[in-house]
Amino acid sequence: MRKLLFEALLKPILTEARPSADGDAIDQLADAVARKARKRLGRSLSIREVDAGSSNDSELEIHALNNAFYDIERFGIRFVASPRHADVLLVTGPVTKNMRQALERTFAATPSPKWVVAVGDEAFDGGAFAGSYAVAGGVGDVVPVDLHIPGNPPSPTALLQGLLALLDQADAR
Amino acid sequence: MTDIWEGIVEGKRAEHHHGWPRFEVDRDGWTRAGEALAQGRLIFAGLWGEKAAIHMAVLAEEAGKAAVLTLACPDLTFPSVGRLHPPAIRPERTAHDLFGLVPEGALDLRPWLDHGRWGVRFPLGACEPAPADGVPYAFLPVEGESLHQIPVGPVHAGIIEPGHFRFTANGETVVRLEARLGYVHKGIEGLMQGATLARAAELAGRVSGDSTVAYAFAFARAAEAALGIEAPPRAVFLRALMAELERSANHLGDFGAICNDAAFALMLAHCAVLRERVLRAAEASFGHRMMRDRIVPGGVACDLEPAGAAAIASLVKEIRARLPALIDLYDNTASLQDRTVGTGILKPELARQFGAGGYVGRASGRAFDTRRALPYAPYDRLTFEVPVMQEGDVNARVWVRIKEVEQSLSLIDQILELMPEGPLRVEIASPGTPVEAAAMVEGFRGDVLVWLRIGADGLVERCHPRDPSWFQWPLLEAVIEGNIVADFPLCNKSFNCSYSGHDL
Repeated sequence: MRKLLFEALLKPILTEARPSADGDAIDQLADAVARKARKRLGRSLSIREVDAGSSNDSELEIHALNNAFYDIERFGIRFVASPRHADVLLVTGPVTKNMRQALERTFAATPSPKWVVAVGDEAFDGGAFAGSYAVAGGVGDVVPVDLHIPGNPPSPTALLQGLLALLDQADAR
Repeated sequence: MTDIWEGIVEGKRAEHHHGWPRFEVDRDGWTRAGEALAQGRLIFAGLWGEKAAIHMAVLAEEAGKAAVLTLACPDLTFPSVGRLHPPAIRPERTAHDLFGLVPEGALDLRPWLDHGRWGVRFPLGACEPAPADGVPYAFLPVEGESLHQIPVGPVHAGIIEPGHFRFTANGETVVRLEARLGYVHKGIEGLMQGATLARAAELAGRVSGDSTVAYAFAFARAAEAALGIEAPPRAVFLRALMAELERSANHLGDFGAICNDAAFALMLAHCAVLRERVLRAAEASFGHRMMRDRIVPGGVACDLEPAGAAAIASLVKEIRARLPALIDLYDNTASLQDRTVGTGILKPELARQFGAGGYVGRASGRAFDTRRALPYAPYDRLTFEVPVMQEGDVNARVWVRIKEVEQSLSLIDQILELMPEGPLRVEIASPGTPVEAAAMVEGFRGDVLVWLRIGADGLVERCHPRDPSWFQWPLLEAVIEGNIVADFPLCNKSFNCSYSGHDL
């Protein structure tokens, strides 16, 4: 293990940081998220992820936010285990009828001020699953949504960009 | 070919069913097949309903043959197979929830996917209006001294899919786990009915996001078999390339995640980098990180440019350079080995009884791999090993996955080398008469089955995509017994069953 850790010290870091001339999207976010988040929420933003019926692809990309390339925690954004600790509910969907009550309860358990971000095309209006007897609709049909991040599923970069947009909106309130 | 089934399956062979034979059996024939399953002469591979019929897929494993059995049920009843062979219990409960088909003599008639919230009963059968306020679920009774229950979910503490786990524990030791699933039931089979092939293929690719390639692959193969067409050779190789990339990405990600659930975060950090590199190579080659909607009936939707092939070749080099140090780290960290060795043991008898596929089965002595057992192009032309272990613990499941990554890398090498030139798709025409087929593909998690009937107009009449998780979820309940509660995340991650693939 020591060898691996030592090697990691010598290797260049993978995290995609520092603005390049053509402006890397993630780097642009680094400053903006930090500034806005600090103003409204102190230095951190706590996110509770809720799968309300997704086909688990969005979850994989949300997981990727924690890898060395995106390293979401450097922006002060972190995932928490309980809605009671959360500022933001990051909801993937569509919302199935079997998950509707669980989502409503999770929303109710989140203290205000709170924001809801719907992730992916299915979370918008049901997407490919719209019209099914088992689907209640998009996230917005069940809880109030502040922002929708489109994608099929959205890439980690798109997710980061979306969180920036959320902070813009939170600031304007 | 018929002799395989003689004496086990008796019935009239359905016309226009391709890929595998389909037998129309009577009630006796149906029950006899159930007995053959119970005796271990056949392996249960799926059970699904229709408006007035029930279907069952079975494997004759040693012979490498598969078949579908159909029993007409004009009175909406059929003799329960689950009564004789437990793996059929949950699929039978589902056939009742969706179609109102009653398994006679079944021991467990509780609803499974139907939580009483759809506003209808039997949505794909009689479709009667029903209240949508939810029905309390009767968990199995647990009796004994000093027992307590821990309810978990459907909303879990991590970034994972929803499901409910009811633990009964004696102190720290789990006495029983009972899972309740169905929370992410989206009614995919209902949406597929009457859909065009293109739309149904899109839905198949959304059954379980981590296996989107495997599902699209299986659906395309079923559609092509039914229509009597073949995808061009280049498309076939591109499909396998995508399938091996998907397998590698998932195995690498889960290798890290399993170690992380044993509080060894370093492995997750390194493995997540490798997983990300696979996804980036996939995007560079096929234009989508998860390669969704790239496999379509008739071929593939996009070509591999030389730049993409180069990106994949350098990916293989990178993983080969990095993985050995991680394997070494896994093998030589005593605190990690202490958590994974001997934890969550799945007995080989159970793996065989449930026909457990993927690394769950192969870590418990069941050597089944669709690519080998029911070979399909291009794997019949490629060289690879199917790693099998006997121990059945978390450690064995980790090792099978590591070895499968190595095999996938070798397969990717071969595919890039043998990649033929030529067209990517063939045209699809309406069949003019109803046609059917079944196809099975090895996803990273195990065998994905798609059964399909296309109507004379070319629209899907009925499609059943069956996830390997159907036969892995019940085994997770068995392996956790006698382990401590804190080892559940570890056992669960080492199985990594799909909620969405199971709930449909």
